[in-house]
Amino acid sequence: MSAAALPGTGQPTKAASRPAFDRALLLAIPATLFMLMLFVYPFLYGLWLSFVPAKGGPLANYHTFFTTSDLWPTIGTTLKLALPATVINVGVALPIAFRMRVRGRWQRIVTTLLVVPITLGTVLIAEGMLNYFGPKGWLSHALQLVHFYDGPIRLTHNYWGVLISLVISGFPFAFLLILSYVTGIDPVLARAAATLGAGSFARFRHIYLPLLAPGLAMCFCLAFVQAFSVFPSAVLVGAPAGPTRVISIAAYQAAFEQYDYSLASAIAMIMGFVQLVIVAAVLSLRGFFYRGPVAGGKG
Amino acid sequence: MSAAATAAQPPQRARGSGTGNLLDRAWRGLVAGVMALFVVNVVLLIAAVAVNSVATRWLGTWLPVGWTLSWYLQSWKDFQLAGILWVTFEVVFAVVLVSLAIGVPAAYTLARRNFPGKRALLLLFLLPLMVPPMTYGIPLATVLYQMHLAGTIWGVILANLIPAAPFVILVMTPFIEQIDPNLEAAARVFGAGTGRMFTSVLVPLLAPGILAASLLVLVRTIALFELTFLTAGPDSQTLVVALYYAVFAAGVRAPQSIDAMAMIYMLVTLVWLLIALRFVNPTQLVSRVKERPVPAG
Repeated sequence: MSAAALPGTGQPTKAASRPAFDRALLLAIPATLFMLMLFVYPFLYGLWLSFVPAKGGPLANYHTFFTTSDLWPTIGTTLKLALPATVINVGVALPIAFRMRVRGRWQRIVTTLLVVPITLGTVLIAEGMLNYFGPKGWLSHALQLVHFYDGPIRLTHNYWGVLISLVISGFPFAFLLILSYVTGIDPVLARAAATLGAGSFARFRHIYLPLLAPGLAMCFCLAFVQAFSVFPSAVLVGAPAGPTRVISIAAYQAAFEQYDYSLASAIAMIMGFVQLVIVAAVLSLRGFFYRGPVAGGKG
Repeated sequence: MSAAATAAQPPQRARGSGTGNLLDRAWRGLVAGVMALFVVNVVLLIAAVAVNSVATRWLGTWLPVGWTLSWYLQSWKDFQLAGILWVTFEVVFAVVLVSLAIGVPAAYTLARRNFPGKRALLLLFLLPLMVPPMTYGIPLATVLYQMHLAGTIWGVILANLIPAAPFVILVMTPFIEQIDPNLEAAARVFGAGTGRMFTSVLVPLLAPGILAASLLVLVRTIALFELTFLTAGPDSQTLVVALYYAVFAAGVRAPQSIDAMAMIYMLVTLVWLLIALRFVNPTQLVSRVKERPVPAG
Protein backbone atom coordinates (compact mmCIF):
# COMPACT_ATOMS: atom_id res chain seq x y z
CA MET A 1 0.00 0.00 0.00
CA SER A 2 2.96 2.29 0.44
CA ALA A 3 3.13 2.69 -3.31
CA ALA A 4 -0.04 4.74 -3.27
CA ALA A 5 1.37 6.91 -0.52
CA LEU A 6 4.36 8.00 -2.56
CA PRO A 7 4.21 11.55 -3.85
CA GLY A 8 3.21 11.94 -7.47
CA THR A 9 5.72 11.39 -10.18
CA GLY A 10 4.77 14.75 -11.67
CA GLN A 11 6.44 17.67 -10.02
CA PRO A 12 4.37 18.28 -6.91
CA THR A 13 4.12 21.86 -5.83
CA LYS A 14 5.14 22.38 -2.26
CA ALA A 15 2.15 23.85 -0.54
CA ALA A 16 4.36 25.12 2.29
CA SER A 17 6.45 27.33 0.04
CA ARG A 18 3.44 28.91 -1.62
CA PRO A 19 1.70 31.62 0.28
CA ALA A 20 -1.38 31.66 -1.97
CA PHE A 21 -3.97 28.96 -1.34
CA ASP A 22 -3.76 26.20 -3.91
CA ARG A 23 -7.21 25.94 -5.44
CA ALA A 24 -6.54 22.44 -6.74
CA LEU A 25 -6.93 21.23 -3.17
CA LEU A 26 -10.61 22.16 -3.38
CA LEU A 27 -11.08 19.29 -5.84
CA ALA A 28 -10.59 16.76 -3.08
CA ILE A 29 -13.24 18.32 -0.86
CA PRO A 30 -16.40 16.61 -2.21
CA ALA A 31 -14.89 13.14 -1.87
CA THR A 32 -13.45 13.95 1.56
CA LEU A 33 -16.73 15.32 2.87
CA PHE A 34 -18.55 12.34 1.47
CA MET A 35 -16.26 9.86 3.21
CA LEU A 36 -16.42 11.81 6.46
CA MET A 37 -20.21 11.85 6.38
CA LEU A 38 -20.87 8.29 5.25
CA PHE A 39 -17.91 6.35 6.59
CA VAL A 40 -16.32 8.13 9.54
CA TYR A 41 -19.49 9.60 11.06
CA PRO A 42 -21.48 6.33 11.05
CA PHE A 43 -18.51 4.53 12.52
CA LEU A 44 -18.09 7.05 15.34
CA TYR A 45 -21.84 7.16 15.82
CA GLY A 46 -21.90 3.37 16.06
CA LEU A 47 -19.08 3.48 18.61
CA TRP A 48 -20.97 6.06 20.67
CA LEU A 49 -24.25 4.19 20.29
CA SER A 50 -22.66 0.97 21.54
CA PHE A 51 -22.01 2.71 24.87
CA VAL A 52 -25.58 3.99 25.16
CA PRO A 53 -27.68 0.86 25.61
CA ALA A 54 -31.43 0.83 26.02
CA LYS A 55 -30.96 -0.08 29.67
CA GLY A 56 -27.98 -0.44 31.95
CA GLY A 57 -24.66 1.33 32.25
CA PRO A 58 -22.35 2.38 29.40
CA LEU A 59 -20.75 -1.07 29.21
CA ALA A 60 -24.01 -3.02 29.42
CA ASN A 61 -23.92 -4.09 25.74
CA TYR A 62 -20.41 -5.44 26.02
CA HIS A 63 -21.35 -7.16 29.26
CA THR A 64 -24.38 -8.68 27.51
CA PHE A 65 -22.23 -9.85 24.61
CA PHE A 66 -19.67 -11.62 26.75
CA THR A 67 -22.19 -13.21 29.08
CA THR A 68 -24.90 -14.34 26.64
CA SER A 69 -24.38 -17.92 25.54
CA ASP A 70 -25.46 -17.34 21.93
CA LEU A 71 -23.33 -14.23 21.46
CA TRP A 72 -19.79 -14.61 22.74
CA PRO A 73 -19.16 -18.06 21.18
CA THR A 74 -19.75 -16.47 17.76
CA ILE A 75 -16.20 -15.07 17.94
CA GLY A 76 -14.78 -18.59 18.23
CA THR A 77 -17.15 -19.95 15.58
CA THR A 78 -16.10 -17.24 13.15
CA LEU A 79 -12.40 -17.68 13.87
CA LYS A 80 -12.73 -21.44 13.41
CA LEU A 81 -14.04 -20.76 9.90
CA ALA A 82 -12.00 -17.75 8.92
CA LEU A 83 -8.53 -18.85 10.02
CA PRO A 84 -8.45 -22.25 8.24
CA ALA A 85 -10.05 -20.70 5.15
CA THR A 86 -7.44 -17.94 5.05
CA VAL A 87 -4.53 -20.34 5.59
CA ILE A 88 -5.82 -22.63 2.81
CA ASN A 89 -6.43 -19.75 0.43
CA VAL A 90 -3.10 -18.01 0.90
CA GLY A 91 -1.15 -21.27 1.20
CA VAL A 92 -2.53 -22.71 -2.03
CA ALA A 93 -2.57 -19.41 -3.90
CA LEU A 94 1.13 -18.72 -3.28
CA PRO A 95 2.64 -21.67 -5.23
CA ILE A 96 0.05 -21.34 -7.99
CA ALA A 97 0.54 -17.60 -8.39
CA PHE A 98 4.28 -18.21 -8.34
CA ARG A 99 4.02 -20.67 -11.22
CA MET A 100 1.81 -18.27 -13.14
CA ARG A 101 4.18 -15.33 -12.76
CA VAL A 102 5.43 -15.57 -16.31
CA ARG A 103 3.26 -13.41 -18.49
CA GLY A 104 1.70 -15.41 -21.25
CA ARG A 105 -1.36 -17.16 -22.57
CA TRP A 106 -1.82 -19.36 -19.49
CA GLN A 107 -1.61 -16.47 -17.10
CA ARG A 108 -4.25 -14.61 -19.04
CA ILE A 109 -6.59 -17.61 -19.24
CA VAL A 110 -6.24 -18.63 -15.60
CA THR A 111 -6.63 -15.11 -14.23
CA THR A 112 -9.71 -14.61 -16.39
CA LEU A 113 -11.21 -17.90 -15.19
CA LEU A 114 -10.55 -17.02 -11.57
CA VAL A 115 -12.08 -13.57 -11.82
CA VAL A 116 -15.43 -15.19 -12.60
CA PRO A 117 -16.11 -16.63 -9.10
CA ILE A 118 -15.13 -13.28 -7.54
CA THR A 119 -17.53 -11.26 -9.63
CA LEU A 120 -20.35 -13.77 -9.33
CA GLY A 121 -20.26 -13.29 -5.58
CA THR A 122 -21.03 -15.47 -2.61
CA VAL A 123 -24.80 -15.63 -3.11
CA LEU A 124 -24.54 -17.30 -6.49
CA ILE A 125 -21.78 -19.61 -5.27
CA ALA A 126 -24.03 -20.66 -2.40
CA GLU A 127 -26.88 -21.47 -4.76
CA GLY A 128 -24.52 -23.45 -6.99
CA MET A 129 -23.11 -25.31 -4.00
CA LEU A 130 -26.58 -26.37 -2.87
CA ASN A 131 -27.02 -28.02 -6.28
CA TYR A 132 -23.55 -29.36 -6.87
CA PHE A 133 -22.32 -30.38 -3.41
CA GLY A 134 -25.76 -31.37 -2.17
CA PRO A 135 -26.54 -34.98 -1.22
CA LYS A 136 -28.01 -35.57 -4.69
CA GLY A 137 -25.60 -33.41 -6.64
CA TRP A 138 -23.03 -34.32 -9.25
CA LEU A 139 -20.17 -34.58 -6.78
CA SER A 140 -22.04 -37.10 -4.66
CA HIS A 141 -22.85 -39.05 -7.82
CA ALA A 142 -19.28 -39.05 -9.03
CA LEU A 143 -17.95 -40.19 -5.65
CA GLN A 144 -20.45 -43.04 -5.54
CA LEU A 145 -19.54 -44.01 -9.10
CA VAL A 146 -15.90 -44.61 -8.18
CA HIS A 147 -16.95 -46.07 -4.79
CA PHE A 148 -14.85 -43.52 -3.01
CA TYR A 149 -17.59 -42.88 -0.50
CA ASP A 150 -20.90 -44.61 -0.76
CA GLY A 151 -23.22 -42.78 1.58
CA PRO A 152 -24.76 -39.45 0.64
CA ILE A 153 -22.11 -36.80 1.30
CA ARG A 154 -22.97 -33.97 3.66
CA LEU A 155 -21.17 -30.89 2.45
CA THR A 156 -23.99 -28.35 2.69
CA HIS A 157 -25.88 -26.94 5.66
CA ASN A 158 -22.93 -27.48 7.96
CA TYR A 159 -19.43 -26.22 8.79
CA TRP A 160 -17.86 -27.73 5.66
CA GLY A 161 -20.28 -26.00 3.34
CA VAL A 162 -19.28 -22.61 4.66
CA LEU A 163 -15.57 -23.48 4.60
CA ILE A 164 -15.83 -24.63 0.98
CA SER A 165 -17.70 -21.50 0.00
CA LEU A 166 -15.05 -19.37 1.72
CA VAL A 167 -12.36 -21.17 -0.27
CA ILE A 168 -14.24 -20.79 -3.56
CA SER A 169 -14.73 -17.07 -3.09
CA GLY A 170 -11.49 -16.37 -1.23
CA PHE A 171 -8.95 -18.37 -3.20
CA PRO A 172 -9.28 -16.40 -6.47
CA PHE A 173 -9.01 -13.19 -4.47
CA ALA A 174 -5.82 -14.35 -2.75
CA PHE A 175 -4.43 -15.68 -6.03
CA LEU A 176 -4.96 -12.46 -7.99
CA LEU A 177 -3.58 -10.35 -5.17
CA ILE A 178 -0.44 -12.49 -4.77
CA LEU A 179 -0.03 -12.63 -8.55
CA SER A 180 0.07 -8.86 -8.70
CA TYR A 181 2.75 -8.88 -5.98
CA VAL A 182 4.81 -11.65 -7.61
CA THR A 183 4.82 -10.01 -11.03
CA GLY A 184 6.06 -6.84 -9.34
CA ILE A 185 9.32 -8.54 -8.36
CA ASP A 186 12.13 -7.98 -10.80
CA PRO A 187 13.01 -11.40 -12.33
CA VAL A 188 16.57 -10.16 -12.85
CA LEU A 189 17.18 -10.89 -9.16
CA ALA A 190 16.21 -14.54 -9.59
CA ARG A 191 18.30 -14.79 -12.74
CA ALA A 192 21.31 -13.49 -10.88
CA ALA A 193 20.78 -16.22 -8.28
CA ALA A 194 20.39 -18.84 -11.01
CA THR A 195 23.67 -17.70 -12.54
CA LEU A 196 25.27 -18.34 -9.17
CA GLY A 197 23.88 -21.87 -9.20
CA ALA A 198 20.73 -21.58 -7.08
CA GLY A 199 18.07 -24.16 -7.87
CA SER A 200 14.43 -23.25 -8.31
CA PHE A 201 13.52 -23.92 -4.68
CA ALA A 202 16.51 -21.98 -3.38
CA ARG A 203 15.56 -19.06 -5.63
CA PHE A 204 12.06 -19.13 -4.24
CA ARG A 205 13.21 -19.48 -0.64
CA HIS A 206 15.94 -16.84 -0.67
CA ILE A 207 14.89 -14.35 -3.33
CA TYR A 208 11.13 -14.35 -3.84
CA LEU A 209 9.84 -15.29 -0.41
CA PRO A 210 11.61 -12.50 1.51
CA LEU A 211 10.54 -9.95 -1.11
CA LEU A 212 7.00 -11.28 -1.06
CA ALA A 213 6.68 -11.30 2.73
CA PRO A 214 5.09 -7.83 3.04
CA GLY A 215 2.70 -8.60 0.19
CA LEU A 216 1.83 -11.98 1.67
CA ALA A 217 1.15 -10.43 5.06
CA MET A 218 -1.13 -7.86 3.43
CA CYS A 219 -2.86 -10.56 1.41
CA PHE A 220 -3.35 -12.71 4.49
CA CYS A 221 -4.90 -9.75 6.31
CA LEU A 222 -7.28 -8.82 3.49
CA ALA A 223 -8.29 -12.45 2.95
CA PHE A 224 -8.80 -12.96 6.67
CA VAL A 225 -10.85 -9.81 7.12
CA GLN A 226 -13.10 -10.89 4.24
CA ALA A 227 -13.51 -14.40 5.61
CA PHE A 228 -14.17 -13.10 9.12
CA SER A 229 -17.14 -11.04 7.97
CA VAL A 230 -18.70 -14.00 6.14
CA PHE A 231 -22.45 -13.57 6.00
CA PRO A 232 -24.50 -14.83 3.02
CA SER A 233 -22.83 -18.22 2.73
CA ALA A 234 -23.00 -18.83 6.49
CA VAL A 235 -26.76 -18.42 6.21
CA LEU A 236 -27.36 -20.19 2.90
CA VAL A 237 -24.98 -23.17 2.93
CA GLY A 238 -24.25 -23.25 6.65
CA ALA A 239 -26.25 -24.00 9.74
CA PRO A 240 -27.00 -20.43 10.87
CA ALA A 241 -28.71 -21.57 14.06
CA GLY A 242 -25.80 -23.67 15.28
CA PRO A 243 -22.29 -24.51 14.08
CA THR A 244 -21.97 -21.60 11.65
CA ARG A 245 -23.68 -18.89 13.64
CA VAL A 246 -20.97 -16.38 12.86
CA ILE A 247 -20.58 -12.94 14.38
CA SER A 248 -22.12 -11.14 11.37
CA ILE A 249 -25.30 -13.15 11.84
CA ALA A 250 -25.40 -12.15 15.51
CA ALA A 251 -24.95 -8.48 14.57
CA TYR A 252 -27.55 -8.69 11.83
CA GLN A 253 -30.12 -10.34 14.09
CA ALA A 254 -29.55 -7.78 16.83
CA ALA A 255 -30.10 -4.94 14.38
CA PHE A 256 -32.88 -6.19 12.13
CA GLU A 257 -34.71 -8.81 14.18
CA GLN A 258 -34.51 -7.37 17.69
CA TYR A 259 -34.14 -3.75 16.50
CA ASP A 260 -31.51 -3.23 19.19
CA TYR A 261 -29.20 -0.97 17.18
CA SER A 262 -27.12 -0.27 20.25
CA LEU A 263 -26.28 -3.94 20.80
CA ALA A 264 -25.79 -4.42 17.05
CA SER A 265 -23.29 -1.56 16.99
CA ALA A 266 -21.47 -3.08 19.93
CA ILE A 267 -21.22 -6.42 18.08
CA ALA A 268 -19.97 -4.63 14.94
CA MET A 269 -17.33 -2.86 17.03
CA ILE A 270 -16.23 -6.16 18.60
CA MET A 271 -16.06 -7.65 15.09
CA GLY A 272 -13.88 -4.76 13.93
CA PHE A 273 -11.71 -5.06 17.02
CA VAL A 274 -11.03 -8.79 16.56
CA GLN A 275 -10.12 -8.15 12.91
CA LEU A 276 -7.79 -5.37 13.97
CA VAL A 277 -6.05 -7.60 16.54
CA ILE A 278 -5.38 -10.35 13.97
CA VAL A 279 -4.24 -7.85 11.34
CA ALA A 280 -1.88 -6.19 13.80
CA ALA A 281 -0.48 -9.59 14.83
CA VAL A 282 0.15 -10.65 11.22
CA LEU A 283 1.70 -7.33 10.23
CA SER A 284 4.06 -7.43 13.20
CA LEU A 285 5.06 -11.00 12.30
CA ARG A 286 6.21 -10.03 8.84
CA GLY A 287 9.17 -8.20 10.38
CA PHE A 288 10.65 -11.65 11.12
CA PHE A 289 11.18 -12.44 7.47
CA TYR A 290 13.25 -9.64 6.09
CA ARG A 291 14.23 -6.15 6.99
CA GLY A 292 15.96 -3.83 4.64
CA PRO A 293 15.48 -2.12 1.32
CA VAL A 294 13.14 -3.99 -0.94
CA ALA A 295 14.18 -3.39 -4.50
CA GLY A 296 11.42 -4.28 -6.85
CA GLY A 297 8.89 -5.25 -4.20
CA LYS A 298 5.68 -3.31 -3.97
CA GLY A 299 4.28 -4.20 -0.58
CA MET B 1 6.92 -3.96 -18.22
CA SER B 2 10.27 -4.67 -19.79
CA ALA B 3 10.79 -7.40 -17.21
CA ALA B 4 8.14 -9.55 -18.85
CA ALA B 5 10.31 -10.34 -21.84
CA THR B 6 13.15 -11.68 -19.71
CA ALA B 7 10.95 -13.51 -17.22
CA ALA B 8 10.68 -16.65 -19.30
CA GLN B 9 14.37 -17.40 -19.14
CA PRO B 10 15.19 -18.74 -15.67
CA PRO B 11 12.89 -21.81 -15.77
CA GLN B 12 14.44 -22.88 -19.06
CA ARG B 13 17.92 -22.60 -17.68
CA ALA B 14 16.92 -24.56 -14.57
CA ARG B 15 15.58 -27.36 -16.74
CA GLY B 16 19.00 -27.81 -18.23
CA SER B 17 20.69 -28.09 -14.85
CA GLY B 18 19.44 -31.64 -14.31
CA THR B 19 19.51 -31.99 -10.50
CA GLY B 20 16.10 -32.20 -8.85
CA ASN B 21 14.44 -32.37 -12.24
CA LEU B 22 12.00 -35.11 -11.29
CA LEU B 23 11.02 -33.39 -8.03
CA ASP B 24 10.57 -30.18 -9.95
CA ARG B 25 8.29 -31.84 -12.44
CA ALA B 26 6.25 -33.59 -9.74
CA TRP B 27 5.78 -30.27 -7.94
CA ARG B 28 4.72 -28.59 -11.16
CA GLY B 29 2.23 -31.37 -11.83
CA LEU B 30 0.81 -31.04 -8.32
CA VAL B 31 0.36 -27.28 -8.69
CA ALA B 32 -1.32 -27.69 -12.08
CA GLY B 33 -3.50 -30.46 -10.63
CA VAL B 34 -4.77 -28.36 -7.72
CA MET B 35 -5.48 -25.52 -10.09
CA ALA B 36 -7.38 -27.78 -12.49
CA LEU B 37 -9.35 -29.33 -9.61
CA PHE B 38 -10.47 -25.90 -8.48
CA VAL B 39 -11.42 -24.63 -11.92
CA VAL B 40 -13.24 -27.85 -12.88
CA ASN B 41 -15.29 -27.83 -9.68
CA VAL B 42 -16.24 -24.17 -10.07
CA VAL B 43 -17.23 -24.73 -13.70
CA LEU B 44 -19.35 -27.76 -12.73
CA LEU B 45 -20.90 -25.78 -9.89
CA ILE B 46 -22.02 -23.11 -12.33
CA ALA B 47 -23.08 -25.75 -14.85
CA ALA B 48 -25.27 -27.39 -12.20
CA VAL B 49 -27.19 -24.13 -11.81
CA ALA B 50 -27.46 -23.76 -15.59
CA VAL B 51 -28.71 -27.33 -16.10
CA ASN B 52 -31.25 -27.08 -13.30
CA SER B 53 -32.64 -23.84 -14.71
CA VAL B 54 -33.68 -25.62 -17.92
CA ALA B 55 -34.78 -28.91 -16.33
CA THR B 56 -38.35 -30.11 -16.10
CA ARG B 57 -37.58 -32.49 -13.22
CA TRP B 58 -34.16 -33.30 -11.83
CA LEU B 59 -33.94 -35.47 -8.75
CA GLY B 60 -30.91 -37.59 -8.03
CA THR B 61 -29.91 -38.49 -11.58
CA TRP B 62 -26.98 -37.40 -13.73
CA LEU B 63 -29.13 -35.35 -16.06
CA PRO B 64 -32.72 -34.13 -15.78
CA VAL B 65 -35.70 -35.99 -17.21
CA GLY B 66 -36.57 -33.31 -19.75
CA TRP B 67 -35.69 -29.83 -20.84
CA THR B 68 -37.72 -26.63 -20.83
CA LEU B 69 -37.23 -22.89 -20.95
CA SER B 70 -40.49 -22.12 -19.16
CA TRP B 71 -38.78 -21.53 -15.79
CA TYR B 72 -37.30 -18.32 -17.11
CA LEU B 73 -40.74 -16.97 -17.91
CA GLN B 74 -42.06 -18.09 -14.54
CA SER B 75 -39.06 -16.68 -12.70
CA TRP B 76 -39.49 -13.36 -14.52
CA LYS B 77 -43.10 -13.18 -13.29
CA ASP B 78 -42.64 -14.71 -9.82
CA PHE B 79 -39.76 -12.51 -8.74
CA GLN B 80 -40.87 -9.41 -10.69
CA LEU B 81 -37.48 -9.32 -12.32
CA ALA B 82 -38.31 -6.40 -14.62
CA GLY B 83 -38.62 -4.09 -11.63
CA ILE B 84 -35.56 -5.54 -9.91
CA LEU B 85 -33.43 -5.21 -13.04
CA TRP B 86 -34.53 -1.60 -13.41
CA VAL B 87 -33.59 -0.83 -9.79
CA THR B 88 -30.23 -2.56 -10.29
CA PHE B 89 -29.64 -0.50 -13.40
CA GLU B 90 -30.53 2.77 -11.63
CA VAL B 91 -28.36 1.99 -8.60
CA VAL B 92 -25.34 0.84 -10.59
CA PHE B 93 -25.31 3.76 -13.01
CA ALA B 94 -25.92 6.34 -10.29
CA VAL B 95 -23.03 4.83 -8.31
CA VAL B 96 -20.72 4.85 -11.34
CA LEU B 97 -21.55 8.46 -12.28
CA VAL B 98 -21.35 9.92 -8.77
CA SER B 99 -18.21 8.00 -7.84
CA LEU B 100 -16.51 9.30 -11.01
CA ALA B 101 -17.73 12.84 -10.39
CA ILE B 102 -16.30 13.01 -6.88
CA GLY B 103 -13.48 10.49 -7.30
CA VAL B 104 -11.65 11.82 -10.36
CA PRO B 105 -11.12 15.38 -9.00
CA ALA B 106 -9.92 13.96 -5.68
CA ALA B 107 -7.56 11.61 -7.51
CA TYR B 108 -6.21 14.63 -9.38
CA THR B 109 -5.39 16.43 -6.15
CA LEU B 110 -3.76 13.33 -4.67
CA ALA B 111 -1.70 12.71 -7.82
CA ARG B 112 -0.46 16.25 -8.34
CA ARG B 113 -0.23 17.99 -5.00
CA ASN B 114 1.58 17.50 -1.73
CA PHE B 115 -0.10 18.99 1.25
CA PRO B 116 -0.12 18.50 4.99
CA GLY B 117 -2.47 15.70 5.91
CA LYS B 118 -2.13 13.89 2.60
CA ARG B 119 -1.33 10.60 4.29
CA ALA B 120 -4.37 10.94 6.55
CA LEU B 121 -6.52 11.60 3.51
CA LEU B 122 -5.12 8.53 1.75
CA LEU B 123 -5.88 6.47 4.83
CA LEU B 124 -9.44 7.81 4.79
CA PHE B 125 -9.84 6.62 1.19
CA LEU B 126 -8.07 3.31 1.80
CA LEU B 127 -9.95 2.23 4.94
CA PRO B 128 -13.36 1.57 3.35
CA LEU B 129 -11.65 -0.88 1.00
CA MET B 130 -9.85 -2.71 3.79
CA VAL B 131 -12.72 -2.90 6.28
CA PRO B 132 -15.32 -5.41 5.10
CA PRO B 133 -18.80 -4.05 4.32
CA MET B 134 -20.45 -6.10 7.06
CA THR B 135 -18.39 -4.33 9.75
CA TYR B 136 -19.20 -0.74 8.79
CA GLY B 137 -22.52 -1.60 7.14
CA ILE B 138 -24.38 -2.07 10.40
CA PRO B 139 -23.52 1.34 11.93
CA LEU B 140 -24.11 2.86 8.48
CA ALA B 141 -27.54 1.25 8.17
CA THR B 142 -28.38 2.55 11.64
CA VAL B 143 -27.54 6.11 10.60
CA LEU B 144 -29.39 5.75 7.29
CA TYR B 145 -32.50 4.47 9.08
CA GLN B 146 -32.45 7.48 11.36
CA MET B 147 -32.20 9.79 8.37
CA HIS B 148 -35.11 7.84 6.79
CA LEU B 149 -32.92 7.05 3.80
CA ALA B 150 -32.59 3.32 4.37
CA GLY B 151 -35.24 1.34 2.54
CA THR B 152 -35.18 3.80 -0.34
CA ILE B 153 -33.12 3.68 -3.48
CA TRP B 154 -31.20 6.76 -2.30
CA GLY B 155 -29.96 4.91 0.75
CA VAL B 156 -28.82 2.00 -1.41
CA ILE B 157 -26.95 4.36 -3.76
CA LEU B 158 -25.27 6.21 -0.89
CA ALA B 159 -24.21 2.97 0.77
CA ASN B 160 -22.78 1.55 -2.45
CA LEU B 161 -20.80 4.73 -3.03
CA ILE B 162 -18.70 4.14 0.08
CA PRO B 163 -16.50 1.46 -1.44
CA ALA B 164 -16.95 2.77 -5.01
CA ALA B 165 -15.65 6.34 -4.61
CA PRO B 166 -12.35 5.35 -2.93
CA PHE B 167 -11.94 2.61 -5.52
CA VAL B 168 -12.19 5.19 -8.33
CA ILE B 169 -9.65 7.39 -6.53
CA LEU B 170 -7.13 4.57 -6.15
CA VAL B 171 -7.53 3.38 -9.73
CA MET B 172 -7.37 6.90 -11.20
CA THR B 173 -4.41 8.31 -9.22
CA PRO B 174 -1.73 6.38 -11.16
CA PHE B 175 -3.44 7.23 -14.46
CA ILE B 176 -3.26 10.94 -13.64
CA GLU B 177 0.33 10.67 -12.49
CA GLN B 178 1.27 9.35 -15.92
CA ILE B 179 0.07 12.50 -17.69
CA ASP B 180 2.77 15.04 -18.32
CA PRO B 181 2.11 18.11 -16.13
CA ASN B 182 3.55 20.27 -18.93
CA LEU B 183 0.35 19.69 -20.89
CA GLU B 184 -1.59 21.34 -18.10
CA ALA B 185 0.93 24.14 -17.89
CA ALA B 186 0.57 24.68 -21.65
CA ALA B 187 -3.21 24.84 -21.33
CA ARG B 188 -2.83 27.39 -18.57
CA VAL B 189 -0.47 29.48 -20.70
CA PHE B 190 -3.18 29.65 -23.35
CA GLY B 191 -5.57 30.94 -20.74
CA ALA B 192 -7.61 27.88 -19.81
CA GLY B 193 -9.17 27.91 -16.35
CA THR B 194 -9.30 24.84 -14.13
CA GLY B 195 -12.68 23.79 -15.49
CA ARG B 196 -11.66 24.27 -19.11
CA MET B 197 -8.40 22.43 -18.53
CA PHE B 198 -10.29 19.51 -17.02
CA THR B 199 -12.77 19.17 -19.86
CA SER B 200 -10.44 19.90 -22.78
CA VAL B 201 -7.13 18.42 -21.68
CA LEU B 202 -7.41 16.02 -18.79
CA VAL B 203 -10.67 14.20 -19.48
CA PRO B 204 -9.77 13.24 -23.08
CA LEU B 205 -6.34 12.05 -21.96
CA LEU B 206 -7.82 10.20 -19.04
CA ALA B 207 -10.57 8.50 -21.07
CA PRO B 208 -8.97 5.01 -20.91
CA GLY B 209 -8.51 5.30 -17.16
CA ILE B 210 -12.03 6.60 -16.64
CA LEU B 211 -13.41 3.76 -18.74
CA ALA B 212 -11.44 1.19 -16.74
CA ALA B 213 -12.49 2.68 -13.42
CA SER B 214 -16.16 2.88 -14.35
CA LEU B 215 -16.24 -0.72 -15.60
CA LEU B 216 -14.51 -1.98 -12.47
CA VAL B 217 -16.94 -0.06 -10.24
CA LEU B 218 -19.86 -1.31 -12.31
CA VAL B 219 -18.90 -4.98 -11.99
CA ARG B 220 -18.16 -4.63 -8.28
CA THR B 221 -21.41 -2.80 -7.56
CA ILE B 222 -23.59 -5.38 -9.33
CA ALA B 223 -22.05 -8.09 -7.15
CA LEU B 224 -21.83 -6.13 -3.88
CA PHE B 225 -24.26 -7.87 -1.57
CA GLU B 226 -23.82 -6.79 2.04
CA LEU B 227 -24.36 -3.02 1.84
CA THR B 228 -27.42 -3.29 -0.38
CA PHE B 229 -28.80 -6.07 1.78
CA LEU B 230 -28.47 -3.94 4.93
CA THR B 231 -29.97 -0.78 3.45
CA ALA B 232 -32.51 -1.93 0.85
CA GLY B 233 -36.26 -1.98 1.35
CA PRO B 234 -38.74 -4.09 -0.61
CA ASP B 235 -38.75 -1.64 -3.54
CA SER B 236 -35.03 -1.00 -3.67
CA GLN B 237 -33.56 -4.49 -3.89
CA THR B 238 -30.87 -5.10 -6.45
CA LEU B 239 -30.63 -8.38 -8.32
CA VAL B 240 -28.11 -10.00 -5.98
CA VAL B 241 -30.20 -9.21 -2.87
CA ALA B 242 -33.35 -10.51 -4.54
CA LEU B 243 -31.44 -13.69 -5.36
CA TYR B 244 -30.37 -14.01 -1.72
CA TYR B 245 -33.96 -13.77 -0.50
CA ALA B 246 -35.05 -16.30 -3.12
CA VAL B 247 -32.39 -18.82 -2.05
CA PHE B 248 -33.08 -18.05 1.62
CA ALA B 249 -36.76 -18.83 1.18
CA ALA B 250 -36.06 -21.95 -0.89
CA GLY B 251 -39.08 -24.21 -0.85
CA VAL B 252 -41.51 -21.37 -1.45
CA ARG B 253 -40.78 -21.45 -5.17
CA ALA B 254 -39.55 -24.22 -7.46
CA PRO B 255 -35.76 -24.59 -7.28
CA GLN B 256 -35.61 -24.33 -11.08
CA SER B 257 -37.25 -20.92 -10.87
CA ILE B 258 -34.58 -19.74 -8.41
CA ASP B 259 -31.85 -21.14 -10.65
CA ALA B 260 -33.34 -19.36 -13.66
CA MET B 261 -33.07 -16.12 -11.69
CA ALA B 262 -29.50 -17.04 -10.72
CA MET B 263 -28.71 -17.52 -14.42
CA ILE B 264 -30.16 -14.10 -15.26
CA TYR B 265 -28.01 -12.57 -12.52
CA MET B 266 -25.00 -14.46 -13.80
CA LEU B 267 -25.57 -13.30 -17.38
CA VAL B 268 -25.92 -9.66 -16.30
CA THR B 269 -22.66 -9.87 -14.36
CA LEU B 270 -20.74 -11.87 -16.94
CA VAL B 271 -21.64 -9.60 -19.86
CA TRP B 272 -20.19 -6.61 -18.03
CA LEU B 273 -17.25 -8.64 -16.78
CA LEU B 274 -16.35 -9.67 -20.33
CA ILE B 275 -16.59 -6.06 -21.49
CA ALA B 276 -14.46 -4.98 -18.54
CA LEU B 277 -11.81 -7.63 -19.19
CA ARG B 278 -11.21 -6.19 -22.65
CA PHE B 279 -9.97 -2.99 -21.02
CA VAL B 280 -8.52 -3.96 -17.65
CA ASN B 281 -6.16 -6.47 -16.15
CA PRO B 282 -8.02 -9.10 -14.08
CA THR B 283 -5.79 -8.44 -11.07
CA GLN B 284 -7.19 -4.90 -10.92
CA LEU B 285 -10.49 -6.29 -9.70
CA VAL B 286 -8.95 -7.24 -6.40
CA SER B 287 -5.70 -5.37 -5.87
CA ARG B 288 -6.17 -1.84 -4.76
CA VAL B 289 -2.73 -0.68 -5.79
CA LYS B 290 -2.22 -0.17 -9.48
CA GLU B 291 0.68 -2.00 -11.02
CA ARG B 292 3.56 0.35 -11.42
CA PRO B 293 6.72 0.03 -13.43
CA VAL B 294 9.35 -1.54 -11.19
CA PRO B 295 11.95 1.02 -10.22
CA ALA B 296 15.24 0.28 -11.88
CA GLY B 297 17.54 -1.28 -9.36
